[in-house]
Amino acid sequence: MTIDIKGGAKDLAGIALFVSLVAIIPLVTDSGVALNFVMMALYAALLSQAWNILGGFGGQFSFGHALFFGTGAYFQAMAQLNMGLNPWVALAIAVAGGSVVGVVVGALSFRYGLKGSYFALVTLAFAEVFRILTLSVPFTGAGVGLMLPLQESFANMQFGSRKGYVYLVLSFVTVALLVTWGLKHSRFGAYLQAIRDNEDSARAIGVNPFNIKLGAIAISGGLMAAGGAFYVQVFQYIDPGIAFGPATSVEALVAAIVGGISTLWGPLLGALVLHVLADITRNMFGQLPGINMVIYGVVLVMIVMFLPRGIGGLGATAKSVWVGVWRKKDGQHE
Amino acid sequence: MIDLGIVFSSVLNGLTTGAVYALIALGLTLIYGVLHIINFAHGASLMLALYAVYVLKQHWGIDPYLALPLVVPGMFALGYALQRLIINRASHGKDENILLVTLGLSIVMENAALLFFKSDTRTIDTAYTLTTIAIGPAMIALPKLVAFAGALLVSGALLLIVGKTDLGRAIRAVAREKQGAKLMGINVDHVYAMSFGIGLSCLGAAACFLLPAYYVNPQVGSGFVLVAFTVVVLGGMGSFGGALVGGLLVGVVESLGGLFLGESLGQIGIFVIFIGVLLFRPQGLFGAKV
Amino acid sequence: MSISQNSRRQFITQTAATASALAFPLIAGAQPKTVKVGVLHPVTGALAYSGQQCREGALMAIEDINKAGGIKSLGGAKIEALLGDAQSSPQAGSAEIEKMNEAGVCAVVGAFASAICLATTQAAAKYNLPHIVDVGVADQIVERGLKNTFRFGPGYRKCAEVAVANLHVLNTAAGKPAKTVMIIHEESLFGTGTANLLARELPGYGYEVKEIIKHANPTRDFNNIVLRMKAINPDIVIPANYYNEYALLVRTMQQQKVTPKAIFSVLGGAASSYKFVKEFPDAANGIIDCNHWFNPKDKRSLELKKRAEAKGLFFSYELFMTYTSMRLLADAIDHAKSTDRAAIIDALNKSTFSDHIMPYGPTKFVNGQNQGAQPLMTQVYKNDIKVIIPRDYREIDPLFPLKA
Repeated sequence: MTIDIKGGAKDLAGIALFVSLVAIIPLVTDSGVALNFVMMALYAALLSQAWNILGGFGGQFSFGHALFFGTGAYFQAMAQLNMGLNPWVALAIAVAGGSVVGVVVGALSFRYGLKGSYFALVTLAFAEVFRILTLSVPFTGAGVGLMLPLQESFANMQFGSRKGYVYLVLSFVTVALLVTWGLKHSRFGAYLQAIRDNEDSARAIGVNPFNIKLGAIAISGGLMAAGGAFYVQVFQYIDPGIAFGPATSVEALVAAIVGGISTLWGPLLGALVLHVLADITRNMFGQLPGINMVIYGVVLVMIVMFLPRGIGGLGATAKSVWVGVWRKKDGQHE
Repeated sequence: MIDLGIVFSSVLNGLTTGAVYALIALGLTLIYGVLHIINFAHGASLMLALYAVYVLKQHWGIDPYLALPLVVPGMFALGYALQRLIINRASHGKDENILLVTLGLSIVMENAALLFFKSDTRTIDTAYTLTTIAIGPAMIALPKLVAFAGALLVSGALLLIVGKTDLGRAIRAVAREKQGAKLMGINVDHVYAMSFGIGLSCLGAAACFLLPAYYVNPQVGSGFVLVAFTVVVLGGMGSFGGALVGGLLVGVVESLGGLFLGESLGQIGIFVIFIGVLLFRPQGLFGAKV
Repeated sequence: MSISQNSRRQFITQTAATASALAFPLIAGAQPKTVKVGVLHPVTGALAYSGQQCREGALMAIEDINKAGGIKSLGGAKIEALLGDAQSSPQAGSAEIEKMNEAGVCAVVGAFASAICLATTQAAAKYNLPHIVDVGVADQIVERGLKNTFRFGPGYRKCAEVAVANLHVLNTAAGKPAKTVMIIHEESLFGTGTANLLARELPGYGYEVKEIIKHANPTRDFNNIVLRMKAINPDIVIPANYYNEYALLVRTMQQQKVTPKAIFSVLGGAASSYKFVKEFPDAANGIIDCNHWFNPKDKRSLELKKRAEAKGLFFSYELFMTYTSMRLLADAIDHAKSTDRAAIIDALNKSTFSDHIMPYGPTKFVNGQNQGAQPLMTQVYKNDIKVIIPRDYREIDPLFPLKA
């Protein structure tokens, strides 16, 4: 796999800068609110970055990404509870599990040529099937779910303060950023985007769409599973609804689209903006439950209405407006 | 082990439940067939329609079935407005944006309902709610039989509208080839809005038939969304006959699945069908476009 | 750690605290010397109805406490509620705890649902923030060794045990007409947990559990389950689910004319619900429930019921459970003579609070669980809900089995 490091150097620097800045936050504040916010925003970013690999770069919109999330979460929990493994080892199993499920679902879907809405709906269906299965099978705890015993230590991947978790999720997000960077600047990524833009043309120039897409879904599934494993470590409880329910699937795709799909920073921007929005609206008009979500929904629609390329696209729009303004100015001095 | 009388009852039960699924799916399949959008706000729209039926009964004493001439046009107007004024404007033609817009709308609808109606579950009381009709060994609730008849009527009406009227021709033209239709002088925006409106008006009908045997609260719509999608895919996106047959089939599978596998696991039958159809016959049973 | 680092931290922390305090809708006005208490419930999302009812209970309690002079040992300081929305998810609940912590609450009452309580008690434990669990019946909540968690009411193990024992008492008194049982439960934590316990206890008393049926939330149609019921013909049907499904199930049973010897619920969603009795009097008649209930012999219960109904609210268990949890907390703060969290936890541990409307007697916490907590057995009789067991709280004699 060829990676264009020189071309991607600027992005790499950006990633390094971003990670360093975020890493400083737990060192300068003890505020539980701030740390929790950063943690949850990064967590949402991780989920949408995972989705973006398949959805944005690969052009295969998945409506059921919770499938991988839940797989990761359950593997993480079961590896510790049923097999007595260390959480760090379990993490590897969770990520692998997510990738394998991705490959299986991907193989089935792509083999039968599912695209667009059909692909989206089949992922949704798989997520539901997994949800119902975990609900019915005793070794997943069925409806009762699984609970990790409380035991805080680094070795046990449970941290007393949110700081530990912030660094943990930051490391996952960094990996996701690097993977996305790799997609943006490598031949594999170029093939993937070519397939997204026009699969037939891509095939004509010798790219194997099936293998490439399979690779993308494997990566996407693995990263999403890491998100699931992280959730379990933080909240120490998982049940079929939380694991495979539509809420997580929606969270992942909304942040990516709002932020700007198929960009490096889009998912992060989207996750941040949506979290700030949710936070601001959550306690407005506290006596009238519901109005905060109405506002959230309205703002979401407005974001889409006025920023069709997502927030990431705002930069491009601003640039073109700026250039346009200068051109006009030049014209006036004719 | 299970006697045939019970299986028979279960099948009949599945047919009547499936009729409601069909009613909900009819609108969804029209919207998908013409506008090619997966309407995330379908469940929330059903919920609004149910509240409309509820309010008409509780405050004005109008029986749900008599409310049809009020709720159906009302939902049509809502659908037309939503598509023309919001969805069309916001989406800029991009698929992912339409997704987000309908998602945002569903959040607004659900929480606006929470705000106005509070979270209480509401039911209505009608003279016929508890009436059952015996068909062989089965006892079927009257409201469900009416819903079954209703589904047949609405499918028939839709087939008529789309097959025989000028509007229907325009809809079919736009669904098949948007640019060509535009060149022929068809106002595509108007046709889109009409289709969305008709789609939501089917929900209005569904609500009138559903409420007597069910209930309404702000989250009630989400329980039907996945099933509706399954029916649409099974029947063939854009096919009314498909939505009807698909709905009945899904209802029966769910019912028998519940009987043999237990209610919880039985739900899996629906999604196995969903996946199977998508993989092996994505055009569905009646794969024709609208 | 240098001084400048420290003060930078403090600055950020304090800014966050101010921001959080401003972010909370303040009830009872911003008066000096108030006791800030967090009231955290899922008031939006799937659990909105129950969360709202809980919140109302908390607010009514605060109103009563403040009217009676506030916290006397703190010079009559009034309680100020900081309302939080758990949005029916554990993540949102946790985030609200962080905010409440920084806004300087001395304790939290919440969060209704077991799954949410698991997350919120844990988040609160980091700050040694006392957390009173108002409903949350999963036993795991109080079995994790968290020092800050206190549950005033019973858990589902206690409810299941009481229910089964009392079923046996009723059955024996009637000459043992009932032998077979069918359990219908909702598929998540509370339903499955309860069903598992029942399935374990019942055979010990000589009952045959013919079938256990699990159903989804939501379930759109109960006809199949009722068909199974017809086929199996159990003597007793035991539902353990939430309001909507319970109501739909019982209505379907009425429609299909299925009448077992008794409908005996354990934590039944609509079984001891005034709303259900009002809306479906025929279907509800005779249903027995083992559930959270107030002391019917205490006049204050009826006064509280009237007040709730005057506000247009049903007097549901969410309301009076949270009401009494708040009263418990106020009592503890009074005894602690301070808003210091450790002092309040200590006061709760030592609490003998008995001036309440629940049938629990004097409070005694062991590992966070109130030992006196118990559910009561109620039966719907003449469009009203009456207590049948235990005898000290009995209002009417039980009707068992139901006449067909």
